Amino acid sequence: MIANLVQLAAEEKQNPLVPPGPELLVGAIAFAIVFFFFWKKLLPNINKVLEERREAIEGGIEKAEAAQVEAQSVLEQYKAQLAEARHEAARLRQEAQEQGAALIAEMRAEGQRQREEIVAAGHAQIEADRKAAASALRQDVGHLATELAGKLVGESLEDHARQSRVIDRFLDELEEKAEATR
Amino acid sequence: MSDNGCGFPAPGLHSFLFKPLFTVGGFEFNKVMLLALITSAVVVIFFSAAFGKAKVIPGKLQMVGEAGYDFVRRGIVYETLGKRDGEKYVPLMVSLFFFIWIANIWSVIPLAQFPVSSIIAYPAVLAAVVYLTWLPLTFKKHGFAGGFKNITGYDASLGAVLPLVVVIEFFSNVIVRPFTHAVRLFANMFAGHLLLVMFTVASWYLLNSWLIPGAAVSFVMTIVMVMFELFVQAVQAYVFVLLACSYVQGALAEHH
Repeated sequence: MIANLVQLAAEEKQNPLVPPGPELLVGAIAFAIVFFFFWKKLLPNINKVLEERREAIEGGIEKAEAAQVEAQSVLEQYKAQLAEARHEAARLRQEAQEQGAALIAEMRAEGQRQREEIVAAGHAQIEADRKAAASALRQDVGHLATELAGKLVGESLEDHARQSRVIDRFLDELEEKAEATR
Repeated sequence: MSDNGCGFPAPGLHSFLFKPLFTVGGFEFNKVMLLALITSAVVVIFFSAAFGKAKVIPGKLQMVGEAGYDFVRRGIVYETLGKRDGEKYVPLMVSLFFFIWIANIWSVIPLAQFPVSSIIAYPAVLAAVVYLTWLPLTFKKHGFAGGFKNITGYDASLGAVLPLVVVIEFFSNVIVRPFTHAVRLFANMFAGHLLLVMFTVASWYLLNSWLIPGAAVSFVMTIVMVMFELFVQAVQAYVFVLLACSYVQGALAEHH
């Protein structure tokens, strides 16, 4: 019982809610150390770096945005140029087509003309040749016939024949027959 | 507590008394004081390593430090005070959080195994720092009459109840507040330490013959309580700083 009372008295001395003085002092010092380092050195240090990082990131974003705007404007420029080039090309093609068509028509007309000329020249030549051949043939046939007749009769009938025109008449008859049989 | 019949060395207030490690001119330096100073050293050394040569592209240690710093700065200070008003109080709140957290963690560190915050002097110092921050700030911000109205929740529309409200609010805010602020942290750590000692001692004490299953339960409970204490330690540091911020916020507020 007495031991218990002594125990209680000893415990009453130790009240866990009454702070002992030396511990208060040590606690204050310990916290002051932490606070001082954070306040003066470490947090300014890290804040500077965090700020730099934020600026770097925002700077990067701004740069990217600027690049994008530039790319957009360049793209639009290119598109405009391309449209212009396409337009120009279409115009040139149209022009070339028109020119080509005109050229072909011209050539065709020229060719037609030349062909007609050649044909006409050919016809004239043929006609002339035919006439020459006919007259030569007529002469030769007359000559041969006269010669043949002379041989048959045994005398020259040349002068007489020329005068009487027997041969011509004979040939005309032959021609008429030929016409009739054709 | 030495002899209660069965010889069980139950933990009690004596668990919070330490013989001095050494004495310098009547000043008794004990284990808790040593732990408090080691707490400062741990916090300062860790954050010096993390932030001393801070880089824009952080290393691993700096990343961890930044995560902790950001948790207090954004998660607590900016949340309650806003970025503009809060910036000024960031160093104080960051110091408070990490000092308290590490001071609490000693509870489960082998060899230390004692939470510094379970000695009332340490929470009391910290609560006093917070008290001396927000109380002068109230009068600086609102003047003497305005500060008084701010603290007591003075509102003329309350009419007849006003004197009662003023008295209660004054008592609650000016006198009780710093006390509860300190005791909340102290009591949590005190109780946590008692529980840990209780289960640790019991798992040793019960370790004979038919009591062995009891020892096993006690041992498992020790491990469970260590986990739980790790959680409580962080939560109490968070709560202490959150309350400090809300006191400052109340001091800055136009209407309490």
